[in-house]
Amino acid sequence: MFGLNKKDTSLLLVVAVLTLFAPFILNPFPTESGLAQFNAGYPDLMQRFVIFGIFAVGFNILFGLTGYLSFGHAAFLGVGSYSAVWMFKLLSMNVIPAIILSVIVAGLFALLIGFVSLRRSGIYFSILTLAFAQMSFNLAYSVLTPITNGETGLQLTLDDPRILGVSATADGSIPVTSLFGLEMRSTYEMAVAGWNFQFSAGYYLCAIIMLVSFYIAVRIFRSPFGLMLRAVKCNQNRMRYTGLNTRPYTLAAFVISGMYAGLAGGLMASMDPLAGAERMQWTASGEVVLMTILGGAGTLIGPVLGAGFIKYFENIFSKINDNVLHQWFGFLPDGIEDFVVFIIHPFIGKGWHLTLGILFMLVVIYLPGGLVEGGQRISRLFKKNKSSDDGAAAKTTPAE
Amino acid sequence: MSKMDVTRRGVLKTGAVAGGGLMLPTYLRAAGHEGFTNAPTGSTVTLGFNVPQTGPYADEGADELRAYELAVEHLNGGGDGGMLNTFSSKALEGNGILGKKVEYVTGDTQTKSDAARASAKSMIEKDGAVMITGGSSSGVAVAVQGLCQEAGVIFMAGLTHSNDTTGKDKKANGFRHFFNGYMSGAALAPVLADVYGTDRKAYHLTADYTWGWTQQESIAAATEALGWETVNNVLTPLAATDFSSYIAPVLNSGADVLVLNHYGGNMVNSLTNAVQFGLREKEINGKNFEIVVPLFSRLMARGAGANIKGILGSTNWHWSLQDEGTKTFVKSFGTKYGFPPSQAAHTCYVQTLLYADAVARAGSFNPCAVVEALEGFEFDGLGNGPTLYRAEDHQCFKDVLVVRGKENPTSEFDLLEVVQVTPRAQVEYAPDHPMFAGGALGTCNPGA
Repeated sequence: MFGLNKKDTSLLLVVAVLTLFAPFILNPFPTESGLAQFNAGYPDLMQRFVIFGIFAVGFNILFGLTGYLSFGHAAFLGVGSYSAVWMFKLLSMNVIPAIILSVIVAGLFALLIGFVSLRRSGIYFSILTLAFAQMSFNLAYSVLTPITNGETGLQLTLDDPRILGVSATADGSIPVTSLFGLEMRSTYEMAVAGWNFQFSAGYYLCAIIMLVSFYIAVRIFRSPFGLMLRAVKCNQNRMRYTGLNTRPYTLAAFVISGMYAGLAGGLMASMDPLAGAERMQWTASGEVVLMTILGGAGTLIGPVLGAGFIKYFENIFSKINDNVLHQWFGFLPDGIEDFVVFIIHPFIGKGWHLTLGILFMLVVIYLPGGLVEGGQRISRLFKKNKSSDDGAAAKTTPAE
Repeated sequence: MSKMDVTRRGVLKTGAVAGGGLMLPTYLRAAGHEGFTNAPTGSTVTLGFNVPQTGPYADEGADELRAYELAVEHLNGGGDGGMLNTFSSKALEGNGILGKKVEYVTGDTQTKSDAARASAKSMIEKDGAVMITGGSSSGVAVAVQGLCQEAGVIFMAGLTHSNDTTGKDKKANGFRHFFNGYMSGAALAPVLADVYGTDRKAYHLTADYTWGWTQQESIAAATEALGWETVNNVLTPLAATDFSSYIAPVLNSGADVLVLNHYGGNMVNSLTNAVQFGLREKEINGKNFEIVVPLFSRLMARGAGANIKGILGSTNWHWSLQDEGTKTFVKSFGTKYGFPPSQAAHTCYVQTLLYADAVARAGSFNPCAVVEALEGFEFDGLGNGPTLYRAEDHQCFKDVLVVRGKENPTSEFDLLEVVQVTPRAQVEYAPDHPMFAGGALGTCNPGA
């Protein structure tokens, strides 16, 4: 289907099912139960899952295929966000022109940075991209304040010109982002028994765009162009000695992955029309590297899983506070309850970084292939169990 | 490790079953048929406390959270009732808000607009918070205020001192109890002129975001009106921790006063750097070199230690005030936590009470009803004397304190002495003052 082989088709279908049914899948616990804390099926977080999924998929095209580790990808995300917000301010609240502009601007920006940075490889390339990203961050943070509104972040105001559209709605508020009239924030809530599922228009737009970008990424991975990129990762010198200029290929990969980041930035701004300079900070660039490595660099589904994993921790674990812990462990005797809460306390709330760091270390040490390798090991375990079930049973019986 | 992965797949079945539920005639409901976002339906109401738990303002955030917890306790009838006893409005009865028990969720703003908005969004979308409060940075407050306006919930600003919060970025759903840069300037400048004379040359170091910019503008305008000269204004990044490279040029600039438009961890570091450079022992133009910190707080004073002795600044509130409201609040806060509250804690506590009271008086959680109840509301007994919530810009008007770092502190909390209580009339300004112009409240948004 769609020019994919059977395995890729089923992968795409799995991703499609997961994203389209995410409001159900991420909301496993009834609203009133104590475990509702772990539900992630609310629009804002689901949007983040897929948007950062796009970001990580794009990053993986560069890092997973060519092995070039860019430490400045957040710059493209930020540039995309700023362009989208400016589009909302100047043109219209429709998300389509905003997203298109953000992809184009991020692409051009990536062309510029890539042209310079790709003259070096390895650690030098990483440092160059990091330097560019920090430069962009500092520019956005202070020097370019008229364009970026500095630390406060670029926001919509009541007196934006907006050529195709209105500056303010009839009741005097700022219009909201929409897709030809379909408001991005409109949410359909469905209450079934104890559950409350939320279907947000914004999420489904992001999800569909994510599926399209995922499909494109699969095609790139399987194309001759993708093969060329893998060859660059394998041994770039050998490629050069055969008389092949690798620079256009790596530059193309860099620009494509920059455009993915710009798309993610544009989508972020479409869901919430604000662009802040901290989106370009080096920590944000580091985050996408973590996502890709955590999920499994060079695999198709890995970066999406990694993105979901990190965003889940950031948004769910950081909101567990001592109060919640006391509720959970309320059944224990007082002294023990306080002790358990004391032990867990550093790992929740503001300590979510610590938990994530420990998990990241464990993954990198024991599952170098990331979560995908974990999944493969588990499925292999099941397969082995099935085939050796009889044998194992036969072996243990005589011992009795 | 792959916990979430497993959950996803494991629950796929549940998802399919629930999907089947779609086909069945279940009771479906459209979003918010109650008429406004997150209308509380059960016996409880959820408030969202969105404070910095990490970053340069983490100390303030921790104290704010304590105050919120105390306010919730008092609203639900626990503890000694705190300022509910001294508050001039008696609509609250200690049985929650409108008989609904108050519950709360917390989040970390990380002092970043993006993170703060994400956290506030999850409170609104996931936890059903009907009011968001907190923030210890004006950039964050402005960003979250915009979000709350869009989403249709009330935003009760915590510690935010920028003119913009109730100036060019004001919003109908947002309210600020804290004072602002203009008020600091208006209160502080006359005292500065009294103590240091009227022919001073000032050098400004300014945190590079909305609060720093507007406070610098306000202080420069107020001091220049009294004869001071502003030599230079240097912007420093909010994330900076070492200011020595910014301090060195001050010595050669010919200035004899250094104004630190910094707050929280920033101010602690910049003041410490300035003192280490020996600025305070210097004599320039035949005058002692002086340092001024326009926005002061006890938490900062504690961080800066002995360096703050004799330094002038302004503050919204101080625990050593002697009115009934302050005394009651300090007592109940002290009983619960063992130390007196900071001004950040005070403003957050008061904002929670003001919101609850407005709901009680309006008889509804509908944001538009709350806005109506708060606009033009005059009250007393909350520690700042008679106070007005001005309808035109949702800014509170009250007395401002000018304080000085104590030379001989008697305890680690007794670090500031009140030099002057500047009366409200002196810090008032017109809603269309140039420093506040350019924005519009818009209309209140009840959401869905």
